[in-house]
Amino acid sequence: MALKMVKGSIDRMFDKNLQDLVRGIRNHKEDEAKYISQCIDEIKQELKQDNIAVKANAVCKLTYLQMLGYDISWAAFNIIEVMSASKFTFKRIGYLAASQCFHEGTDVIMLTTNQIRKDLSSPSQYDTGVALTGLSCFVTPDLARDLANDIMTLMSHTKPYIRKKAVLIMYKVFLKYPESLRPAFPRLKEKLEDPDPGVQSAAVNVICELARRNPKNYLSLAPLFFKLMTSSTNNWVLIKIIKLFGALTPLEPRLGKKLIEPLTNLIHSTSAMSLLYECVNTVIAVLISLSSGMPNHSASIQLCVQKLRILIEDSDQNLKYLGLLAMSKILRTHPKSVQAHKDLVLQCLDDKDESIRLRALDLLYGMVSKKNLVEIVKKLMSHVDKAEGTTYRDELLTKIIDICSQCNYQHITNFQWYISVLVELTRLEGTRHGHLIAAQMLDVAIRVKAIRKFAVSQMSALLDSAHLVASSTQRNGICEVLYAAAWICGEFSEHLQEPQQTLEAMLRPKVTTLPGHIQAVYVQNVVKLYASILQQKEQAAEAEAAQDVTQLMVERLPQFVQSADLEVQERASCVLQLVKHIQKLQAKDVPVAEEVSALFAGELNPVAPKAQKKVPVPEGLDLDAWINEPPSDSESEDEKPKAIFHDEEQRHAKQRQPEAEEEELARRREARKQEQANNPFYIKSSPSPQKRYQDMPGVEHIPVVQIDLSVPLKVPGMPVSDQYVKLQEEREHRQRLEKDRRRRKKKDKDKRGKPRRHSSLHTESDEDIAPAQRVDIVTEEMPENALPSDEDDKDPNDPYRALDVDLDRPLADSERLPVQKHRNAETTKSPEKEDVPVVEKKIKKPRKKEKKHREKEREKKEKRKEEKEGEDFDFWLSTAPLPAAAPAPAPGEPGANTVTAAPEGGGEEPRREERGDEDEDGDNERDPEKKPSKHKKKKPKKEKEERAKDKKKPKKQQPPGEEAAEPVENGALADEPLPPMSSLLPPGRELLHQDDLRHPGQPAEGRQVTVSIVLENQEQQLPEGHGVQTCWTSLNTSWPRPEGSSVHDGVPVPFQLPPGISNEAQFVFTIQSIVMAQKLKGTLSFIARKMKGRPTRSWTSSCTSAVPRTWSRRPATVTPLPSCWSLGT
Amino acid sequence: MIQFFLMVNKQGQTRLSKYYEHVEINKCTLLETEVIRSCLSRSNEQCSFIEFKDFKLIYRQYATLFIVVGVNDTENEMTIYEFIHNFVEVLDENESHLIMVNNSFYMLLNSIC
Repeated sequence: MALKMVKGSIDRMFDKNLQDLVRGIRNHKEDEAKYISQCIDEIKQELKQDNIAVKANAVCKLTYLQMLGYDISWAAFNIIEVMSASKFTFKRIGYLAASQCFHEGTDVIMLTTNQIRKDLSSPSQYDTGVALTGLSCFVTPDLARDLANDIMTLMSHTKPYIRKKAVLIMYKVFLKYPESLRPAFPRLKEKLEDPDPGVQSAAVNVICELARRNPKNYLSLAPLFFKLMTSSTNNWVLIKIIKLFGALTPLEPRLGKKLIEPLTNLIHSTSAMSLLYECVNTVIAVLISLSSGMPNHSASIQLCVQKLRILIEDSDQNLKYLGLLAMSKILRTHPKSVQAHKDLVLQCLDDKDESIRLRALDLLYGMVSKKNLVEIVKKLMSHVDKAEGTTYRDELLTKIIDICSQCNYQHITNFQWYISVLVELTRLEGTRHGHLIAAQMLDVAIRVKAIRKFAVSQMSALLDSAHLVASSTQRNGICEVLYAAAWICGEFSEHLQEPQQTLEAMLRPKVTTLPGHIQAVYVQNVVKLYASILQQKEQAAEAEAAQDVTQLMVERLPQFVQSADLEVQERASCVLQLVKHIQKLQAKDVPVAEEVSALFAGELNPVAPKAQKKVPVPEGLDLDAWINEPPSDSESEDEKPKAIFHDEEQRHAKQRQPEAEEEELARRREARKQEQANNPFYIKSSPSPQKRYQDMPGVEHIPVVQIDLSVPLKVPGMPVSDQYVKLQEEREHRQRLEKDRRRRKKKDKDKRGKPRRHSSLHTESDEDIAPAQRVDIVTEEMPENALPSDEDDKDPNDPYRALDVDLDRPLADSERLPVQKHRNAETTKSPEKEDVPVVEKKIKKPRKKEKKHREKEREKKEKRKEEKEGEDFDFWLSTAPLPAAAPAPAPGEPGANTVTAAPEGGGEEPRREERGDEDEDGDNERDPEKKPSKHKKKKPKKEKEERAKDKKKPKKQQPPGEEAAEPVENGALADEPLPPMSSLLPPGRELLHQDDLRHPGQPAEGRQVTVSIVLENQEQQLPEGHGVQTCWTSLNTSWPRPEGSSVHDGVPVPFQLPPGISNEAQFVFTIQSIVMAQKLKGTLSFIARKMKGRPTRSWTSSCTSAVPRTWSRRPATVTPLPSCWSLGT
Repeated sequence: MIQFFLMVNKQGQTRLSKYYEHVEINKCTLLETEVIRSCLSRSNEQCSFIEFKDFKLIYRQYATLFIVVGVNDTENEMTIYEFIHNFVEVLDENESHLIMVNNSFYMLLNSIC
């Protein structure tokens, strides 16, 4: 044995350690791979040895090799061996290797569970620490489930070092094992107030990260975070918290209002750029969420924009980038404030850094107006010329098009200018975005009727100079514009000045070098052009000329018939036959123009992109049903040969109707051809251009047709669009003069008459620029009775979806983490709560409920539904001024607003407790383990519980009429599935009846407060047993109880409550401390005999109240505010 | 959220890499090469943030060593920028073995990410 040890250590002397390996790799630069494979062989040998030190050394080297990109997963088992070494130095190596190479797919990972558990509970904090860090990298759902409880225990470790790590790793555990979130959350929340800043910051990080995915579950933490935000000085933490608030504000605009001030303070005071940036970002988010109805925040926006301007003007490129990035966020909601900084943005366009230029381009998008569009685009065009890289140039091009076409071309006043810009863009070399330009040309020409004439003239010029556009094969991207040009010239051929000339241009032999789909459009539009020429000639009775045109067609079309592209070939041969036929007719002097142009009759309208999707499925149509019997294999084989020459659509059709008759097929083919002929967009994919060139021998030998010099030779370009700048300036100038004149006239009048408002004296707005020509934008067509909105569903694979759970709900036993040593995070729960059948609100419900709540309130003042989720939170938020949202409730309708009058909230402690408590109401499905026991106990009885609560207001501060009582009512049937809240009440009966609450204040002694509650029995019978019982719990108030009764025993109210009678019960509480918020939780129970034929039901009702901290130091003036409760099924 | 953390030298050799989401090893190498290439192609005059595929790269250069952090778009760029420096300062203080580096690296990273 000793010998073996000695031998082992001698061996080790000859082993390479990590440094040797690194050195070795550096010395073998030429044959690194060979050297490494040799090393790996050595390592394999080392791993076979028993000596753990040797193994650790080997694993250490493997880790390095893994980093270099070598797969070491084969050593997974050895890594586990090293992980389980007792010596920390080895263990650490093992964990490091594991963290680098283990992942969910590693099968041996389940062997580590016990080892990790052992390490987690190790007395050495470093063992625990290394296990935690390692685990964070390779935690799997299984590991998370098995170890969640151990880690949760570690969150309360004595050493902050461990606590911090445990808190952080919980995040990974939550992701892998979402069920652990609810049990662990209370403790996680505790850690937010950990004395150690590291732990605190870790907890903030974890919660922020969770909350960003499912913000609505974390709204209740807002007060706590707010406190942290205002007290913390740690910028890292602040950034996280502020980011979290950014995620919360969209859900709760009131929170935003509360945040604005501290955030602006931070913006003013901080010197850390990262914090400033985050603040600005969140302020922007807040402002977005507030964007409606809060006019007085322009100061905040101004502040943000100013700060961002400073960032952008900074010489540090990073700040500049961030400034622009944040600016673009403001732009979305407050374009006006950003527009003021146009100069700066334009300046950034000249920046050396491409990322900055791109960001600036983004900003430009929102900065354009009718007024400056021309100018901005001119600037961009000059950049296009200067830009060196194609990517940037392409980006510029798309931006120009984006900017111009945004919002249905709303900023374009002169479409002639726009067409010129587009034509100019066709001169770009090597751009990939030819199709974009083409699409724009088509779109404008189709939708702006007034521009067609001009567009056609430009397009025909473009076609004439097509050889320039498509001369070099590199410029293939741009030749897409010819597609648009050809189509526009064909479709709107009536606007052509020289149709014949254009026709000739389109029939040039050079055209055959274009990509197939463009040729196909050429062929199709040649016919349209031909049709319109024919008509012209026939009307002018120039039969000779008409025949010449036909002759030209017959001569030139065959070059397309020879095309290798099927589409072109097919179209060309059809057309050729048609023209030949026409030729024959012409020879007989038969007028044909009418018939030919009838082929292209009718207007094409743009169709909305979503139109097809929105066509409603007619009733009774089942798209999945077979129309005929499914085809047998042999049949479909028969069909196949015929399908070859048709596109896919047809094949699909055939699958559905495989047994269609031959004539039927022929007929349909005819119909389709007709349809295709009429559809300029019917163009199928073409083969790649290279292939085309190979297939087209002899193309190069065709002589280039000379350009007809009667057409101006210049390519429409720079000077063309520039002229519009001048034009616009002139126009503006003229308009301004006109205006001045008018204004002067007005002033003269004003002088004479009574003074008028000078509202019109603002600088001209965008609207003042009159469009150069009447713009008639045809809107896109949608099918009739199209269905509105088809929103995309959330990604079901989102790992964060599982974490969307209600965190305030109390834990059920079934939810507790699987443990060996049972440890319960929820031990603080009071038995009283457990006893109450808790009814849980549905996670998804609150919004709906809230809405219903408002409607209800409007209709029936007495019926109250509490938006539970919001209550205490509302309370906290309510300190923000809420002029619009909070009308003072009239005396007769107290509680109409839960928010208004509530004064500054006190300590967090009771409030949070209350939350958890409150959310219990409303659930009965989620707490299955509690229900049965309940039922056994009260089976033959009907049990009713209501928890009442009051809100007390300092009289000093508010007139009695404004005091809002907040009876919270909430009921659910324990035996039945939870119905929607609105249907909880039996029809015609009101569970809760609220009387007139204007009770005189009861003078109270010392620190006492009297709560009056009006109870009304709506049942048909007397309460059984002890009658109506009440039970109050509160943190620091005491309530006189009968001798010998325990804290949780109910106390009967001092009167009987016969059916239909209401009575007022008063409870006097002694307040022990007035420095914190008070909360009263009341339970009202009522036992009634089960009625015939009716199931046992139990009603749960609860409410809580906060007695505010500011609650009076002058007890004599306290007016208790009674809530009224009535009992009924 | 930080997606990955890389230390690369000017020759494009990875000196340290850490992925926070599992990436296949051959894809790692590919990604690293692309990342390094895009970082090297930038001059000092350019900002330290690169939009790279669907995440952002934030890098800093220390002599011949680049530290590149890949984050998703919710992250505050400036924070990461500062974080890199913070990390380097800690390294500087500890100045120890590569493995040590790795360990302190986790610690730090975990506490900030």
